[in-house]
Amino acid sequence: MSAAIGNTIVSLPDQTTAQIPKRNYINNEHGLLSWLLTGDHKRIAILYLISITFFFFIGGAFAGLIRLELLTPQPDLVSSDTYNKFFTMHGIIMIFLFLVPSVPATLGNFLIPIMLGAKDLAFPKINLLSWYLYVIGGTLTLAALVLGGVDTGWTFTTPLSTHYLNTHVITAAMAIFIAGFASIFTGLNFIVTIHRMRCPGMTWFRMPLFVWAHYAASLLMVLGTPVLAIALVLVALERIFGIGVFDPTKGGDPLLFQHLFWFYSHPAVYIMILPGMGVISEVISTFSRKRIFGYTAVAFSSVAIALFGFFVWEHHMFIMGVSNYSALVFSLLTMLVAVPSAIKIFNWAFTLQKGSITFETPMLYSFGFMGLFTIGGLTGVFLGSLGMDIHLTETYFIVAHFHFVMVGGMLMAFLAGIHFWWPKMTGRMYPESLSKLAAVTTFIGFNLTFLPQFILGYLGMPRRYHAYPPEFQVLNVLSTAGATVLGVGYMLPMLYLAWSLKYGAIAGDNPWQATGLEWQIQSPPLTENFTETPIMDHEAYDYEWLANKTKKEVTTVG
Amino acid sequence: MGLSPVLWQFLVKWLHNSSLFPAEASGISPYVDALYFFLVMMTIVGTALVAVLLLVFSIRYRREKNPVATQIEGSTLLEATWTIIPLAIFLVTFVWGALLYFRIYNPPANAMNIYIVGKQWMWKAEHPGGQHEINALHVPLGKPVQLTMISQDVFHSFSIPDFRIKREVIPGRYSTVWFEATQVGTYHLFCTQYCGTQHSGMVGEVTVLTPQDYKKWLDQSTSGQSLAQNGERLFASMGCNSCHSGTAAARGPSLAGVYGSKLTLTDGSQILVDDAYLRDAILNPSKHVTAGFAPIMPTYQGQLSEDGLIDLVEFIKNMQSNYRVQQTFVTSASGESAPTTPPQGTNETVNP
Repeated sequence: MSAAIGNTIVSLPDQTTAQIPKRNYINNEHGLLSWLLTGDHKRIAILYLISITFFFFIGGAFAGLIRLELLTPQPDLVSSDTYNKFFTMHGIIMIFLFLVPSVPATLGNFLIPIMLGAKDLAFPKINLLSWYLYVIGGTLTLAALVLGGVDTGWTFTTPLSTHYLNTHVITAAMAIFIAGFASIFTGLNFIVTIHRMRCPGMTWFRMPLFVWAHYAASLLMVLGTPVLAIALVLVALERIFGIGVFDPTKGGDPLLFQHLFWFYSHPAVYIMILPGMGVISEVISTFSRKRIFGYTAVAFSSVAIALFGFFVWEHHMFIMGVSNYSALVFSLLTMLVAVPSAIKIFNWAFTLQKGSITFETPMLYSFGFMGLFTIGGLTGVFLGSLGMDIHLTETYFIVAHFHFVMVGGMLMAFLAGIHFWWPKMTGRMYPESLSKLAAVTTFIGFNLTFLPQFILGYLGMPRRYHAYPPEFQVLNVLSTAGATVLGVGYMLPMLYLAWSLKYGAIAGDNPWQATGLEWQIQSPPLTENFTETPIMDHEAYDYEWLANKTKKEVTTVG
Repeated sequence: MGLSPVLWQFLVKWLHNSSLFPAEASGISPYVDALYFFLVMMTIVGTALVAVLLLVFSIRYRREKNPVATQIEGSTLLEATWTIIPLAIFLVTFVWGALLYFRIYNPPANAMNIYIVGKQWMWKAEHPGGQHEINALHVPLGKPVQLTMISQDVFHSFSIPDFRIKREVIPGRYSTVWFEATQVGTYHLFCTQYCGTQHSGMVGEVTVLTPQDYKKWLDQSTSGQSLAQNGERLFASMGCNSCHSGTAAARGPSLAGVYGSKLTLTDGSQILVDDAYLRDAILNPSKHVTAGFAPIMPTYQGQLSEDGLIDLVEFIKNMQSNYRVQQTFVTSASGESAPTTPPQGTNETVNP
């Protein structure tokens, strides 16, 4: 490949002679059992990828139904109870069964051992157990859905969830409880692997930023998830035995539940977004051929987010009669947690400076991430500001805000990552122009869906409303129209990625000319990842090292 | 805001008429909107900055123009810049927001009080004069109104977007919010905390009336009994007056003038007597024993509805002397026709 400087860095092997490596982790063993009983982190990642995609489309279907109902102000498509079940299932599935495991359990699982130069994660069997727990959690969620649904909202607010609903609250709580352990085990596995299994020469500051981000997210998973588990157990006990922890007539405190719930569920936001930020670091560096600007600042900002993230949960409760002093403290801490995210955004932007930039699909998704995450993050500052929060909380403003972070941010990052590492995972390329179209469609559809919701929120339209005053209709119609475009944007990758498994171009080892250890091995990798233990003798994102290495390879062959 | 007032009004009015912006119908609204526009500007400038950086770098350093990247380690100066500037802006937002928060939640001393009871799925407003409303609230123009709110079942949240106020309505605990309406008209009232099946039906209308119209409304809508009068009957029928009689030999403390005072409890702690304290002292008496008295009061948990509690609180609040308590006590002790409490819910009138 010695063509003139083009607008792409993709370098594929000669398609007439190239083939998928004869031995790799996919064809190493055959049969369904070899997948279901595997200890290989890459195969578990694929199992996870298939299951979270399944749940993503179920959760997405509920989102579609919600938007369809909100097309008109009258409650005319379904009954109120059904509507309440829709948004509850949408929330539970998207958060606990898609966003939390999305990047860590798929890309993280696949890549962290390879990026560290290890053969597998520290505890392969616990890794497999984690997937089974996830599947059990997912099955229970589907059971709750099939048996008649649950309508607590994903937040399980007491005393509504404990005393006033006769839907399948306990089944759903158990599902989340079990899926929570899947996430704890994944986090534990990552922490131990990162501490103990780095290859010779792989110091902490030579690790890719993807690994740093997962390390921070893992800390949150391991320390936060148990608190959610306890809170859900208490809800179940309150329902079954009436223990009264959250019941004011028995001396309990209904606000206590919210403290416990948000003590996990705020850090959970960072569990969801941090791994996505890791993806963005890898993609931006690769497609601008540059070391990440301010590597240490980006690495430490991940840790800072994890640390501050634990001390802001009360900002979900500013209007609930918490003490003035604690409201002040939590508002201040919320402002502080916004800073590391700003640092990351600017470091990524300045990575582009003096780079040599190309615009393949992962890069387009990353640009989408940076724009939408900036809006999502800054609108978070509105909500962290005490007086502003009073008017905005519990309205569509908050719905728009967290969808900007979670969908505009995290889902974009997830898709960036899936496209970026697809050649590594499958050995084949996805179709480039179709995927660019999908990226642009997603971006447009997303903005059309969620920008009107900011305006609706300031107008005062409350979230979780089945019917709404007629003057809000225009904006709701825009939002529903956007959701349709967004739906197309998500269906496309599903289709062409499946197509590419058979018909995609052979990718070769390193189609992007990227520096990570994962790109120096064959695609798809061997079951044991490396033929010999790699030695890390250079910094992360060292493109000179890569150029020298490639040059040497050429001389030996020639 | 440095914007000229004329331009400001024009902007707000135009946005409001195109259904893109809520009415500014309370005293606090312009202050909330000022912070909002500041934050919107921050978001637009911030996002534009990122977009411009991406765009300019993408054009200047695309591969065709710049085939070889120049490696840069980083820059402490730049890192400091984009740490300190956002931090400074966020801190300004923090201070501004905090000032606004206290302004919205701390009522002025002269605010008139209306009680709100939330339950699945309706709002009940109880005016001190005995006017009851469901899913409606009538308030006078230009007078600070404080709402003392409680939920009978689950969490609700009381929101009037055009007033820019909202507060969670919690079971077992009073919460308050206040506003001063500045525009005659009717406004949406929403429950914003998800509360079960008919959550989106827990809506109503707030009607702002001129003081004259408000007075007319009060006179037409009264049920004939003020909350305090209802409370007085309950006080007698629940037997409160047998201990809280205000005589020297009474087994309970005198309640005349107790509201707003500082009480010393048996454990030596001092506590301010407000609505929340009175309610809690009726339901959990053993937690609040006034110094010098024995912990003999039974709990009234489960015997009084939230409306009944509001009546009692309102009665004790307005109790200046023990004269009437002793009078009723004599009446009920002598077996003559003691006033009885009407069953709950019969004295409500729904206002059109």
